[in-house]
Amino acid sequence: MITDSISVPREDRLSAIRTSKLFWPLAALALLLSFNLITDPSFFAIEYKNGVFFGSLIDILNRAAPVALLALGMTLVIATGGIDLSVGSIMAIAGATSAWLISHEVVNSLWLILAISLGVSLLAGLWNGLLVTALGIQPIIATLILMVAGRGIAQLITNGQVLTFSHEGFEMIGGGAFLGLPLSISIVICSYALALLLLRKTALGLFIESIGSNPIASHYTGIRSNLVKFSVYGVCGVAAGLAGLILTSDIQGADANNVGLWSELDAILAVVIGGTALTGGRFSLSTTLVGVVILQTLTTTILTHGLPVQYTLIVKSAVVIIVMLLMSAEFRHQMKSLFQRGQRSE
Amino acid sequence: MKKTLAKFAAAVALSAASVIVPAKELVIGFSQIGAESAWRSAETESVKSEAKNRGYTLKFSDAQQKQENQIKALRSFVAQGVDGIVLAPVVETGWDRVLREVKRAGIPVVLVDRGIKVSDPSLYTSLVASDFVFEGKLAGSWLAQKTHGIANVVELQGGPGAAPAIDRKKGFGEIVDEFAGMNIIASQTGEWTRTKGKEVMEAFLKSQGDKIDAVYAHNDDMALGAIQAIKEYGKKPGKDILVVSIDGVKSAFEAMVDGDLNATVDCNPLLGPLALDALEAAIAGKEVEKWIVQKDKINLMQDAASMISSRKF
Repeated sequence: MITDSISVPREDRLSAIRTSKLFWPLAALALLLSFNLITDPSFFAIEYKNGVFFGSLIDILNRAAPVALLALGMTLVIATGGIDLSVGSIMAIAGATSAWLISHEVVNSLWLILAISLGVSLLAGLWNGLLVTALGIQPIIATLILMVAGRGIAQLITNGQVLTFSHEGFEMIGGGAFLGLPLSISIVICSYALALLLLRKTALGLFIESIGSNPIASHYTGIRSNLVKFSVYGVCGVAAGLAGLILTSDIQGADANNVGLWSELDAILAVVIGGTALTGGRFSLSTTLVGVVILQTLTTTILTHGLPVQYTLIVKSAVVIIVMLLMSAEFRHQMKSLFQRGQRSE
Repeated sequence: MKKTLAKFAAAVALSAASVIVPAKELVIGFSQIGAESAWRSAETESVKSEAKNRGYTLKFSDAQQKQENQIKALRSFVAQGVDGIVLAPVVETGWDRVLREVKRAGIPVVLVDRGIKVSDPSLYTSLVASDFVFEGKLAGSWLAQKTHGIANVVELQGGPGAAPAIDRKKGFGEIVDEFAGMNIIASQTGEWTRTKGKEVMEAFLKSQGDKIDAVYAHNDDMALGAIQAIKEYGKKPGKDILVVSIDGVKSAFEAMVDGDLNATVDCNPLLGPLALDALEAAIAGKEVEKWIVQKDKINLMQDAASMISSRKF
């Protein structure tokens, strides 16, 4: 961003844009949106009624919010060379905790409900961190434990049923609006801003990247890698808890069996689409968010276009593959050389 | 004198007992999938209490969603020499081998709520279950009558590939095809959940808008999600847009009392009496029907208030 000075020649600037990490994910998103623009312009219609904006685009952002929170946490975990499979279950635990607190009238204050539910999520995340750092268990195994057990814990809390409740304040989290937009969007923006501040204005982001790219070297430079990893899993847990609260508040019920089911995979996919390597190292939160929006745009597009259910998953995977290919520098290079060879033979 | 009196009393008690208790008390094994929903817990309870009423000894096994546990349970039932087995199968396939062992031991097996695919249908005695196609037809018929045969319907399907989803879609579709004025204008999967049901309904409202006259959901949870989406869109569910679903769980009755849900078709989990009837007949050597259909009915909004207290699931 800072390199964007006036003295840079135009062509260089163009190539700088093209090599930017954001370019290809944004191009893929633009492609998806333009498909909608051609087939159904009403996709872009936005109405203003009862003080809130209505439209497919708003829906996309609103529905993307939970996965966006998951993916922000996941990006950090993946950047340290780890992975967190338990986020979906932590969502269920957080949702079940909040619903239990409200329906059993244990506490009534919104802030206390949030604090307890997110506190439980933090503990769950730190448990993962403990297994990974103190016991040295492979992250995929360590978090698999909570992925399986966590949903069971949530089911215990809700007795295996959808625990419904009504709480004016809590319902705002998933259903409220701020500046005419769903509150969930503001929650994501705030979390993103907070993360950027912490990671880029302090050395924390660098620590995470260095642990991911070379744990031994970063150990010798004096980075307390275990502490960083431990806290990153904690942060991921809180982010997942927040996502769970949004969904629970949205349907005014905790569905321990289904809330966040398989959403860890969506989060990982978004991180990968965003260009962060699963091997760890350099990461980018903004491209992760674009990845999340791409996935949700795809889902909403399929829903509004009435694609037969049997084809949904095939179309989804096909689009994901195309997006991935577009983003692969090697693939683009091969295509380019193929194209040039074709020109030469002409 | 006292002693003889006591003896006499004991003899009376014994003879009285022998009148009530049949010659041999039946021992039944019940392999249940798990306790993942209120519906399933109600089914378990129904079999347990019915067995108790009839004076059977029930050996209950919870498989925790795993077929291997069910197969183990069936083998242990055979080893214990039970008189009959009730099985709620977690999946459709993979039962041939163990059921052949059960058959060799001469023990009748009654399936509850789900069917299985076996190479030889004589491996089980009977299936006691609802007819999902009929449930779809019931929902469709009610809607056709309510809308005088003219309605644009959006459908929230269950999980792709699940038998109830396929059959409930089929039954409803058959009724809709009978009426020229009825159309299914959009149909997507809500994956049986409230969250997805709400998300899909939001998308339908954006793409179809005011054209939608009614929502048909393959289960109550998706309907409850759709109801929220309709409300947030600024319409009145149950009035501006009719909502009909299947299962008849308690929260659906609550929604009917609130006036949001128009009707829900029962998919009754209280299968205990029918299942044990079938088993008893099979043990007695009588012919039993291969599919004993649980007779489901539709529950309407106006009756919900009086029925809600008796809902167990």
